[in-house]
Amino acid sequence: MNGTINLTLKVWRQPGPGQKGKFEIYQAKDINIHMSFLEMLDVVNEELILSGKDPIAFDHDCREGICGMCGAVVNGKAHGPKKGTTLCQLHMRHFRDGDTIVIEPFRSKAFPIIRDLVVDRSAFDEIIIAGGYISVNTGSAPDANSIPVPPQNAELAMDAAACIGCGACVAQCPNGSAMLFVASKVSHLALLPQGRPEAAKRVLSMTGRMKELGFGNCGNERECEAVCPKQISISHIARLNREFLKAGLFSRET
Amino acid sequence: MNWFIIFITSSVGKKLVMAFTGLCFVLFIIVHLFGNLTIFLGKESFLSYVEDLHRSHKYLIPLAEVFLLIFGLLHIVFGLVLYIQNLKARPISYNLRKNAGGRTVGSGTMPYTGLFLLIFISLHLVRFRFVEKITQNDFTILINTFNNLGYVIFYILAMVALGLHLSHGIWSSFQTFGVNHPKYNGLIEKGGILLSILFAVGFASIPIYIFTKLS
Repeated sequence: MNGTINLTLKVWRQPGPGQKGKFEIYQAKDINIHMSFLEMLDVVNEELILSGKDPIAFDHDCREGICGMCGAVVNGKAHGPKKGTTLCQLHMRHFRDGDTIVIEPFRSKAFPIIRDLVVDRSAFDEIIIAGGYISVNTGSAPDANSIPVPPQNAELAMDAAACIGCGACVAQCPNGSAMLFVASKVSHLALLPQGRPEAAKRVLSMTGRMKELGFGNCGNERECEAVCPKQISISHIARLNREFLKAGLFSRET
Repeated sequence: MNWFIIFITSSVGKKLVMAFTGLCFVLFIIVHLFGNLTIFLGKESFLSYVEDLHRSHKYLIPLAEVFLLIFGLLHIVFGLVLYIQNLKARPISYNLRKNAGGRTVGSGTMPYTGLFLLIFISLHLVRFRFVEKITQNDFTILINTFNNLGYVIFYILAMVALGLHLSHGIWSSFQTFGVNHPKYNGLIEKGGILLSILFAVGFASIPIYIFTKLS
């Protein structure tokens, strides 16, 4: 399948943090359908620059779906209409000639807009700092298999560890909750023996930090798992809930 | 601060309060529905059920009412706090927002069906609970109420709201308690929806029956 399509873009433009923004309309002409969404924006930006206008600011890095930098809400869905992909892995063949595409930044109180489609996701770093790690002494690598890990648990932990921290879960959540992100980290470490010693403290402090940072509360709407580019299941949120109950009621942590 | 207060006012803790009180209401609704359905056995069966309930459970009924009131207030207050916090979490809403496939009619309308149910329950209590029962009995109140088409429609709408609220609420409560397991997920999700439909249809059948047959 070859070809090009013409699109109308309705893009959120905002000059800086806390400033008033508005939608601007742009025509994206002769877009190769094999381009990624970000490449399409590159084309539009080149034209904007040539005509002396400000290019659309958007985040990106690896452009192969593994770094978690890119993301915007495209036609009402975080990372666009295709399941299990980041915005950089969404290709223009999923759109039709003449389509109008609405592009908005991830909207959350905890993710302030820096410019246009770029949001500050350092709130996620704050949550990780609250306990998304294990405390170990550094030194030479331990012997392989010195700590037995059942393969099923290793697989489940890996499913959770696939989180790239893109923030799509927060963007799509009707409540602006970061539960899938927090749950991915809590679940990943709770499933492994190395994570157990600090499990109770971790779940309480990470969910506490999430609340302090202004994220909403999980309503089990399942919108997060529907847009997660790594398709992380809400069963990890259930594991977080179990860890939370255990920690809150039966551990010495508060 | 007391550890328990910290626990239940946290993000997940508030959800646990919603889930626990909600599931208690489901248990109440099951008993309430079975009791109410005695109307289909006739006036005598219904009135003898009402009388037996209040005579043989002299202490249990007021105790249950106190718990229902406390849990009701907790469910309302925590629900409101969650609603406001969640609104604040996204001060600027999207120009275009689409369902990505997770949200259902039930889950998307929880605060609104909840508010409607609060109005319904208040009126329901005024009509059937806090009313003099000397010159009239539960049967005559029932007949007088559902002779009125307005009441019948209002009750049916309220039961639709109940069904919608529980179509998300029951499953959601289990998820909040961490009960999510491939062996039981189907049962919980489908069972929750089936129960919601049974509740809605079961309760709504009473005003319809009275309006069409007993008036």
